[in-house]
Amino acid sequence: MAVLARADREALRAALADGAPLPGWTRLRGPETGLLMLRGRMGGDGQAFNLTETTITRCTVSMDGRMGHATVLGRDAAHAELAAAIDAAMQDAAFRETLRQRVIEPLAAAQEAARARDARRAEATRVRFHTMAAMR
Amino acid sequence: MIAPGFADPGMDSQACFRALLTAMSYPGRIVALPSPTGMPSGLPPAMAALVLALCDEQTPLWQDAGDDAAAWIAFHTGAPAASLEAARFVMVTAALPSLGALCAGTDEEPQDGATLLLQVAALSEGAGWVLQGPGIKDAARLRVDGAPDGFVAARAALAPIFPRGIDIVLCAGDRIAALPRTTRIAESG
Repeated sequence: MAVLARADREALRAALADGAPLPGWTRLRGPETGLLMLRGRMGGDGQAFNLTETTITRCTVSMDGRMGHATVLGRDAAHAELAAAIDAAMQDAAFRETLRQRVIEPLAAAQEAARARDARRAEATRVRFHTMAAMR
Repeated sequence: MIAPGFADPGMDSQACFRALLTAMSYPGRIVALPSPTGMPSGLPPAMAALVLALCDEQTPLWQDAGDDAAAWIAFHTGAPAASLEAARFVMVTAALPSLGALCAGTDEEPQDGATLLLQVAALSEGAGWVLQGPGIKDAARLRVDGAPDGFVAARAALAPIFPRGIDIVLCAGDRIAALPRTTRIAESG
């Protein structure tokens, strides 16, 4: 689910394009866009505080009696709907393995590679606050 | 499996609210509501439409239509289930509970009184009950088939506590008629 939410609409479409088409689905709710309050904690153990509100889009579809849900950051309704449809199809044994191989795993690998690349770039600029660490 | 709600939630909810406003403004007038594309069995379309249009997570709701309806309402509106005394909206599809048990608001905040959505078999204008009160010139006639026994008397018993009270919307199929707390009913003219 996280992989589907992090991917973008075009990546999902492209990943689906070369496999068997998904069965038809109907919308149960949405796609609809709303606000979600993000909360944070200083240092991971402080008091929770409201960091910011962010736009999310959610969608629920039904496919052959199965419900698929998706909530994605941003306001891309097609992305939310497609992610919900894939979520529903993943519950069907006939599609699960194909989707895992064709959609989930390539997207997960691409996202992991992008994260690792960003982490490497950030690591190069890290400043270590030895004195601060010693005071804890 | 949960059924879908309105095809176009924004526009359909507003159309529904406007229709209810008309019904409340002219007690006894019958208005049709847009129907949701899906609803759980046991709910008349008008009642389902009103719940979708009116309820959200801030409106505690009591209903007797069963688990399917409870799941559908929770999914589409987020309205929490509540006891009869605490509910802001009360949906009755079977036996009518004692009207005295419903929240009637307070003298300071009479708007907190519950709204009762009551399923009846059929509604027609021009015959039956004689309605009088605000919003009605002279008198209006409303024929209600399938109203619970003793409904008119139970409702009249609440009149002395005005401005507290409950507002009632009768639902039959996709049509509604409203009986605000100010309307007086005589069973025959």
